[in-house]
Amino acid sequence: MREIEVSQITRAVKDAAIAANYEAGEDLLAALRRGMEEEESPAGKEIFRQLLENAQIAATERIPMCQDCGLAVVFVELGQEVHLAGGSLEEAIQEGVRQGYVEGFLRKSLCHPLTRANTGDNTPAIIHTEIVPGDRLNIMVVPKGGGSENMSRLYMLKPAEGWAGIKERVVETVRDAGPNPCPPIIVGVGIGGNFERAAYLAKKSLVREIGHPNPDPELAKLERELLVAVNDLGIGPQGLGGRVTALAVHLLMEPCHIASLPVAVNIQCHSTRHKEVAV
Amino acid sequence: MSKTIRLTPPLGDEDVRQLEIGDRVLVSGVIYTARDAAHKRLIDLINAGKPLPMEIKGQILYYVGPSPARPGRVIGAAGPTTAYRMDSYAPTLIKLGLKAMIGKGKRSPEVIAAMREHQAVYLGATGGAGALISQCIKAAEVVAFPELGPEAVHRLVVEDLPTIVINDCQGRDLYDVGVAKYRREGNG
Repeated sequence: MREIEVSQITRAVKDAAIAANYEAGEDLLAALRRGMEEEESPAGKEIFRQLLENAQIAATERIPMCQDCGLAVVFVELGQEVHLAGGSLEEAIQEGVRQGYVEGFLRKSLCHPLTRANTGDNTPAIIHTEIVPGDRLNIMVVPKGGGSENMSRLYMLKPAEGWAGIKERVVETVRDAGPNPCPPIIVGVGIGGNFERAAYLAKKSLVREIGHPNPDPELAKLERELLVAVNDLGIGPQGLGGRVTALAVHLLMEPCHIASLPVAVNIQCHSTRHKEVAV
Repeated sequence: MSKTIRLTPPLGDEDVRQLEIGDRVLVSGVIYTARDAAHKRLIDLINAGKPLPMEIKGQILYYVGPSPARPGRVIGAAGPTTAYRMDSYAPTLIKLGLKAMIGKGKRSPEVIAAMREHQAVYLGATGGAGALISQCIKAAEVVAFPELGPEAVHRLVVEDLPTIVINDCQGRDLYDVGVAKYRREGNG
């Protein structure tokens, strides 16, 4: 049994929220450099140049890469041998988000759905907790922008539609999103599970390192097929036309009900931010 | 062939009529910010016959909700937000003489028609380049609806804010033209 004081969790979440917003991950920077080389359109190349410069300014000036500092999605892997002391896990995480967004000069983007009154501190974060074997505690903070989230979709397909139906819906989602979600995008696809599980899988797929192939060779092949299909749409960086609409397509798949074929497509803008910390 | 033009509001019909899709426009001078909640307030004021907190005629609206400024800094990150959410409000403002909007993403046929009828343009700034764009902003102050926080109307003084003409006064759309050029058979 390992004991962890929840104040450590608050501090870790706070630091991760700030770092995720200021510092582009190495995987993203590598994907942007690769995109700049591959892109054929001059306007698209210029967008890649701006995005690389933007990341550099954000890191050196300590300013968020994007003014939409996102809704904080937090993935927690909590070892079953861990005992949390001094308060609740949920409150410790919310407090970390609160402190990170206030002290890091990050934009507070959460509001009441009807009155639209801002909650003032970017809480509540959306927390997904998984209990795992062992005594580790891993926390990943994923600030998710609203513009790309708005272009995401969930489909409940007929089983007869199969892979062809899935592919068509992924391409349709990216086509209809067009320039709106800030391409070049990352397309997270969750297949199977049920209504809420497919959406969770799509979101979870986004935190994989960009360009890191799917460990399942069958899924890796399907990802490559989808990437070619969405890039053939010609949307390009910022929708100005080009060959690089998506930097990557990430898939996660699980068994589903014999009557169902749930498919969720979660669109992630190029400002893909995730910071993982071990507590 | 696209050209680079410098614009400083207030703008007249002739300033925007020269612009064509794909042209680079560097915006300088005073512009105003407004996004979802501020647009709703502005339209409510217009419908109630009340005065607006800023001039609309000849002006440029920037669809942005900046992140907070650090002490000693002018502003935080300040890139464009998606414009379609302002589509239901935009034609009313265009009729009042608004000459340009800065944002990202597609506009509705109604907004494009209003731009053609009343001579206005839609300029695209690079979405997600909030840190880069913030360096073009030399001064910022809240001039209306401070209670809206990041959605308050700010008066910005900008210098060479880089944009590209997405919709011109002739009703053309750079997104349609650009994508058609790079689409491959089978998926378009």
